[in-house]
Amino acid sequence: MKFTLSWLKTHLETDVSLDDIAAKLTAVGLEVEGVRRPGDELAPFTVAYVVEARQHPNADKLRLCTVDTGTEQVEVVCGAPNARTGMKGVFAPPGTTIPGTGDVLKKAKIRGVESCGMLCSEREMGLSDEHEGIIELDPDAPVGTPFAEVMGLDDPLFDIAITPNRADCLGVYGIARDLAAAGLGRLKTADIEPVAGTFTSPIDVILDFPGEGPRPCPLFLGRYIQGVQNCESPRWLKERLTSVGLRPISALVDLTNFLTIDRNRPVHVFDAGKVKGDIWLRLGQGGATFDALNGKEYVLDDTMTGIGDESGVISLAGVMGGEPTGCTMETTDVFIEIALFDPVRTAATGRTFNLESDARYRFERGVDPAFAGPGMELMTRLVIELCGGEASEVVVAGAEPAWRREIAFRPSRVKALGGVDCERSESLGILTALGFACEEQEGGAVSVAPPPWRGDILGEADLVEEVLRIAGFDQIPAVSLSPTAAERSRPALSPTRRRLGAVRRSLTARGMSEAVTWSFMPRQHAALFGDAPDALVLANPINAELDAMRPSILPNLIEACRRNADRGLADAALFETGPVYTGTAPEEQETVVAGVRAAAAVPRNWHGPERAVDPFDAKADALAALNAAGVSLSGLQTGAEGPAWYHPGRVGTLGLGRNALATFGELHPGVLAELGAEGPMVGFEVMIDAVPRPKAKATRAKPPLAASDYPAAERDFAFILDGGVPASEVERAARNAEKSLIKAVTVFDVYAGPGIEADKKSLAITVLLEARDRTLTDPEIDAAAAKIVANVAKMTGGVLRG
Amino acid sequence: MEDLHALEERMLAGIEAAGDLPALEQARVAALGKKSPLTQAMKGLGGLDIDARKEAGVRLNQIKRKLADAVDVRRTALERVELDQRLATERVDVTLPTRPEAEGTVHPISQVLDELIAILADMGFRVVEGPDIEDDFHNFTALNIPPEHPARQMHDTFYFGADEAGERMLLRTHTSPVQIRTMQAEPPPHRIIAPGRTYRCDYDMTHTPMFHQIEGLVIDESTHMGHLKGCLIDLARAFFEVEDLPVRFRPSYFPFTEPSAEMDIGCSREGGGLRIGHGADWMEILGCGMVHPRVLEIVGLDPARYQGFAFGIGVERPAMLKYGIPDLRSFFDADLRWLRHYGFAPFDVPSLAAGLSA
Repeated sequence: MKFTLSWLKTHLETDVSLDDIAAKLTAVGLEVEGVRRPGDELAPFTVAYVVEARQHPNADKLRLCTVDTGTEQVEVVCGAPNARTGMKGVFAPPGTTIPGTGDVLKKAKIRGVESCGMLCSEREMGLSDEHEGIIELDPDAPVGTPFAEVMGLDDPLFDIAITPNRADCLGVYGIARDLAAAGLGRLKTADIEPVAGTFTSPIDVILDFPGEGPRPCPLFLGRYIQGVQNCESPRWLKERLTSVGLRPISALVDLTNFLTIDRNRPVHVFDAGKVKGDIWLRLGQGGATFDALNGKEYVLDDTMTGIGDESGVISLAGVMGGEPTGCTMETTDVFIEIALFDPVRTAATGRTFNLESDARYRFERGVDPAFAGPGMELMTRLVIELCGGEASEVVVAGAEPAWRREIAFRPSRVKALGGVDCERSESLGILTALGFACEEQEGGAVSVAPPPWRGDILGEADLVEEVLRIAGFDQIPAVSLSPTAAERSRPALSPTRRRLGAVRRSLTARGMSEAVTWSFMPRQHAALFGDAPDALVLANPINAELDAMRPSILPNLIEACRRNADRGLADAALFETGPVYTGTAPEEQETVVAGVRAAAAVPRNWHGPERAVDPFDAKADALAALNAAGVSLSGLQTGAEGPAWYHPGRVGTLGLGRNALATFGELHPGVLAELGAEGPMVGFEVMIDAVPRPKAKATRAKPPLAASDYPAAERDFAFILDGGVPASEVERAARNAEKSLIKAVTVFDVYAGPGIEADKKSLAITVLLEARDRTLTDPEIDAAAAKIVANVAKMTGGVLRG
Repeated sequence: MEDLHALEERMLAGIEAAGDLPALEQARVAALGKKSPLTQAMKGLGGLDIDARKEAGVRLNQIKRKLADAVDVRRTALERVELDQRLATERVDVTLPTRPEAEGTVHPISQVLDELIAILADMGFRVVEGPDIEDDFHNFTALNIPPEHPARQMHDTFYFGADEAGERMLLRTHTSPVQIRTMQAEPPPHRIIAPGRTYRCDYDMTHTPMFHQIEGLVIDESTHMGHLKGCLIDLARAFFEVEDLPVRFRPSYFPFTEPSAEMDIGCSREGGGLRIGHGADWMEILGCGMVHPRVLEIVGLDPARYQGFAFGIGVERPAMLKYGIPDLRSFFDADLRWLRHYGFAPFDVPSLAAGLSA
């Protein structure tokens, strides 16, 4: 919402400084987004007198002007056809920034003649698009005085943001009312004198809305004015409109814009001569076409309120008037429309056509239902004042909707809810100044009736806000929050979130960088990683590439690795912690940690050769993540199977019993190819929600350390096995052979090749044996070794290598 | 037999002269071995009378000990020389690089969330979470946002297709639905924050279709706007680590709070760059307000008894402001150059004890 200081002062008597007004606007909730002081910008431009204009010696279309700037005479080259001897114009000296172009004016030779400044057009001044010629000023304008002053363009312009609840401040008068209530001056309230109608309007209005529900148009006031003479608006009106960026058109049109901005009261004026018969308003105009004032044709649907006559739809209620019935300079009779339209329907219509207008903007937020009548009188007065004519009686269709309501207000709530000590009298004073009617009730409560222009005020909390915002939010003393004893003794984080934090920092320490990628992805990518059901496809994606909720984070990370490789960073290691989706229900959202490593795990270096990523990198990442998530790795089992987006022979699942916690492996080359990525890449996914919750413990104390004081013994074994026997089975067989003595089993070598039968492999393990209470003797160790060999043979068919 | 003194001098000289460990061994055998004059002399002691044997024995033992000590001293010295010589051949070029190791970085969103949580946890807030895919009720209706509200239109909210009943699920446009879920699930008092992903149909220089928010909610019987101010001023000053950070609260409008406010922090845009702190300008950082009585009613709380405040703060923008990150869209690119530059070291865990940032 834009308005100038002088416009504000037509409603507010104040001598407060510009800065104080701006500060107060923001303080009462009318946030100032900018204050433009055009006087500053236009300061270098002065009134100048063209002493002589003569033909440029070297150019047909240029003129050479001797210009009196008030301080000196300079030569200026000018291309304007209207530059002539004896005129007064606007002069800009070299060094001036031209508002219309942003360029800095320089002294320059134009076709061989030096030009020491410029005579400006309206476009160059940023005033309009007019560029046919230079500005011609009044012959009485004093030479040398600032142009802005002469033209009244030194008026500061406010630009404020109006929240959707404050429709009343979409009019300058409403803003003045708020400022007056906040103590910034006196609101100028003048009763609007009604204009007596002298005849019955030849145009009647029919509201044709059968049925229940909110009225598309509860009230329509019309008035016929005959014998008007449309004309150019007077200077004050043109200046009002241009000051807020509107283009003056003609008095009749300009007045509708003026009332809209001055009073938040949209008005429409039909050229009555072009209206055929009476005016009707009805829904169900689907298929009807309408030629709008913006030059475009619209086809209505049945939900829209059409305003029509015998010829069809001539106006789109609350949104835009029609071209064929619009006023022109030839208009002699007009029909003024002042109506109330259903905000929801108006908004929907405007949205359907993507049609913005000052009227729609106001109707969808709500105009003052009680100001239709006074608005009509004000408009009538102004039309007659500017264009003459004779007014009919007012045509009233419908009725003013009920808006009166009372709210029980306890002034003590200002303290209890708002936290500020505000005297009862002060609170009621503020409400009264804002137009609320306050009536004391028994028991200290007050009955408060909001004014008609405050449709947003529905409850006591709204009244507290009114008092607080006018008193100032800065009056509310800040009180710090301290945790209660209960809050101190329990963690702020859920177990899952705590785990995610540890996982994140653990993976980061392992060299992976954390990424955050979209929760959505192309549907065909989602399909490669499980499922892309219709239910998880967005109806209105931001673009076709981001249309399906992700079933896995891996595709996004693979793509990210590809993008990084394109930038020369092939050896990427990325992870993300975040949601994946299997359905739209809350329980169908899972938290997952996923990671991808690409290209080289170990780059070429002088200590050794480059090593490409392999599934054990991903396994290590998954184990580190699980460990950080609180999973005891000793109980974890590795299964040699996993989802189809991994290499079928290089994939694993980590789990506790049947509870799969993670998958890892080399990513399937076919899947990578579909994503346009080059392998090798390995990845993992940890299902963090599947990690068992830590058991509630009675004590934080750890169990006593059970360490042996006696030396441990180490024995190595090598077994010949079938090639397909998993190493984990050998480890398990060895560990279970003599549980009381065996502390650890570690694979340290795997070999297949010369010296070993085809389809067989050699697997070497080292076993750590230890007793709690004694040094193990050789016969004891030998006995344990025999059990290990026997159990490995039994469980895996492995034979001790000779 | 030569004079014992001369023998001692000769043997000592031999030991001293040994140039390496084998030579020292030779000298030791010569001085103390079975065939050495000293050993021979000790063997001859048996032929002497008791007094002479005693006197000679003492003397010979003194010499033996002295020679043995000299051998030890010489051996230590020679060993030291030998070690020095070996080490001299074992020189490496320590300017060579180490074995490759990599350290990753924590994403600024995670780091800033951790920072905000550290501050708010210290005020007693508990972290809760809610689903990204929401229904109309939790995202809009329960928050007093009427069906005709512009936010409910397709151009602001991501919707899924309608189910058989005509109901459409949506991607939450804010973290506020977690307020509703919390108040529905548990009785008051509430003091929770809900961080998470949020979504809006917008993609340009300053908007991404996905972004992060932290929702805050305090509900009890006495919390008022003074607490709201105190909590959020403390939050802003702690987060930006500026003790006297200028703040202001402006009346604003949200359907689910009344009164509503927006909070600005002071900043300066002088010289093109943006600096948080004292300056001529203000920058909005969050929206807040007292929970609307209608919202309390909808979740079954009596607004005559319960009240409190709610706030919603973005994560990306405070991160950009605090850490000078210029482009919002870059947060979601997973560009390693960006992650390494703007990310945080793994053990840079924000805490109030250690300071939020280094």
